[in-house]
Amino acid sequence: MKYIDEYRDKEIVKRIVANINKISKKDISLMEVCGGHTMAIHKFGIPSLLPENIKLLSGPGCPVCVSSRKFIDQAIAYSRLNDTIIATYGDLIRVPGSTSSLNKEKAKGADIRIVYSVLDAISMAQNNPEKKLIFLGIGFETTAPSSAVAIFNANKLNLKNFSLFSSHKVMPPAMKALINEGVKIDGYIAPGHVSTITGAGIYKDIAEKYKAACVIAGFEPVDLLQSIYMLVKQIETNDYKVEIEYKRVVKPEGNLKAQEMLEEIFYLRDDWWRGLGILSKSGLGIREKYARFDAEKVYDVEVEETREDKGCICGEILKGLKTPNDCKLFGKACTPGDPVGACMVSNEGSCYAYYRYKA
Amino acid sequence: MKTKNNDTILLGHGSGGKLSHELIDKVFVKQFNNSILSVQTDSAILTVGQSELAFTTDSFVVDPIFFPGGNIGKLAVCGTVNDLAVSGASPLFISSAFIIEEGFSMDALVEISETMAVEAKKAGIEIVTGDTKVVNRGKCDKVFINTSGIGLLNKKHLDISTGENISIGDKIIVNGSIGDHGMAILSARNELNLKANIESDCACLNHLIKDALEVSDEIKFMRDATRGGIATVLSELVKGKNYGLEIFEELVFVNENVRGICEMLGFDPFYVANEGKIIMVVGKNDADKVLAQMKKNQFGKDAAIIGEIIDKHHGKGWINTEIGGKRIIDMLSGEQLPRIC
Repeated sequence: MKYIDEYRDKEIVKRIVANINKISKKDISLMEVCGGHTMAIHKFGIPSLLPENIKLLSGPGCPVCVSSRKFIDQAIAYSRLNDTIIATYGDLIRVPGSTSSLNKEKAKGADIRIVYSVLDAISMAQNNPEKKLIFLGIGFETTAPSSAVAIFNANKLNLKNFSLFSSHKVMPPAMKALINEGVKIDGYIAPGHVSTITGAGIYKDIAEKYKAACVIAGFEPVDLLQSIYMLVKQIETNDYKVEIEYKRVVKPEGNLKAQEMLEEIFYLRDDWWRGLGILSKSGLGIREKYARFDAEKVYDVEVEETREDKGCICGEILKGLKTPNDCKLFGKACTPGDPVGACMVSNEGSCYAYYRYKA
Repeated sequence: MKTKNNDTILLGHGSGGKLSHELIDKVFVKQFNNSILSVQTDSAILTVGQSELAFTTDSFVVDPIFFPGGNIGKLAVCGTVNDLAVSGASPLFISSAFIIEEGFSMDALVEISETMAVEAKKAGIEIVTGDTKVVNRGKCDKVFINTSGIGLLNKKHLDISTGENISIGDKIIVNGSIGDHGMAILSARNELNLKANIESDCACLNHLIKDALEVSDEIKFMRDATRGGIATVLSELVKGKNYGLEIFEELVFVNENVRGICEMLGFDPFYVANEGKIIMVVGKNDADKVLAQMKKNQFGKDAAIIGEIIDKHHGKGWINTEIGGKRIIDMLSGEQLPRIC
């Protein structure tokens, strides 16, 4: 398949691995902060190809994983409102809330529908004018622009029954917070899709002030290994900068139109991240101008008290301090079929990727 | 049985993956408890007089009921025929029971029945009994079909369904491309507005299997890789056993358009449903002979040896990835796609 096979070529892979082996001397930890990277790294068996002195850590890159349990509890509360359709991306419905999950509410009769795009949720709202449609907006700079477009369109169409419950987040504050917390990260495999929107500028601080290598990577094995090579090179020569490996997609300035759209609809607010707590200006709230599409403003629901599971170490796993194998629930009380922590739900979650591909 | 508070049936319980297995173990096997059921093979193996019979049943709720490469009727015949055939039995007779929604099109019902008749004839079996129920509009979705079947089992094939003769060095064969059925159904559902031109691989495989059994007595295990894909079959094959298996990803054939959709939507073809694919474990000396025989059949023309049983990683399946890395194979958990068959 064009644009895929050439990035999965065994010979090229061998050559890059040999090059990594040649220049890599220090014991280093590299972190990926994009769930797509986590999945690709494990699916292709990339850790089995690297020398032992290079450790790969999975960071807070899975949107489902970093969202708060309160977000799920509130979504569940919305799903119990009369005449309401909850539209959501698939992963979210299996994430455990404090006492229930969207999946369980669905089995009990709540109208919860999986969509592949927020624009499907817009048509769903148009086709069901007698119902309230609440879309669960989740994800980083990758999915936030389409949520922004949905609100923009809903405004143009003057839709009365569409609203969005935002858990959208932005990535750089989390990347900085991890280093501030003392997690040993020598370099970031920076997220390809996020950077497509934001451009490379958002990581400048991380490379220059925080002295962490930064390479924006694509999602194929050759992309990932080439990025690892570039990171190792930066680290071995103490030359920290932001480089783009994924040049065929990412432009240094990003997607300006998408950035404008984000700016129009959202503002930066403090937000809670699993494992990291509240990070300043790390979440996307809906601007006052569009408040009539903000589920939090439109619907007043009583949300149950948040109960976190004892023993789940998702937080530390998301910080790269522990791996899923360190968790006593992993593979026993917590499996993809019956997940305790969010990291076991999403196929971008570290625990899920470990469970499926690496146990 | 005691259940957790407010436990309810989730779609994942019908997915054929981990949740289904848990449900079967904790509810059905526990309640119906008997020595034939507890083996949990594709077909129950029954001794009646001097003969060994294979007996199986399956219900079909696919959505949409018509899809590229088949319809719910074709699935209902092929599914049951294949469950019998992979047990090593020659399918003879099947039943068909219809649950039909009030208001369902008569033309559609005729078309489905015609397809069933054609498939039955091709497979060399007869549909000899049936049942019809009609329920109020909205109480089922268009039409659901249950088929049961019986087949005659040659005594020398008695161990195929359990795979108890599998040994180190045996080769693993799959009879062609994987993931076609799942992705055909997904693209036939108009939710995604995909025009993918993928046909389901739905087919009766009893002739293919019979031909293979005729050339070799070293076929040690067969299973059709339906829901949960080949990954689920491979993972079950080694679970709890004192051997492991390894698969070479580059030897597993995936059609380009199936691969395309999988890449786009994040599905792993190893976990996507098939309706005309079997995993076969064959003694290493006979593998090439069996493969050559299978390739003569239209449903085996792309058959390939994709891996082998190994004396490492006991209880686990490993994939050597296309780039030379290694990863584990696990059973499908939770729902991947509901109502795929």
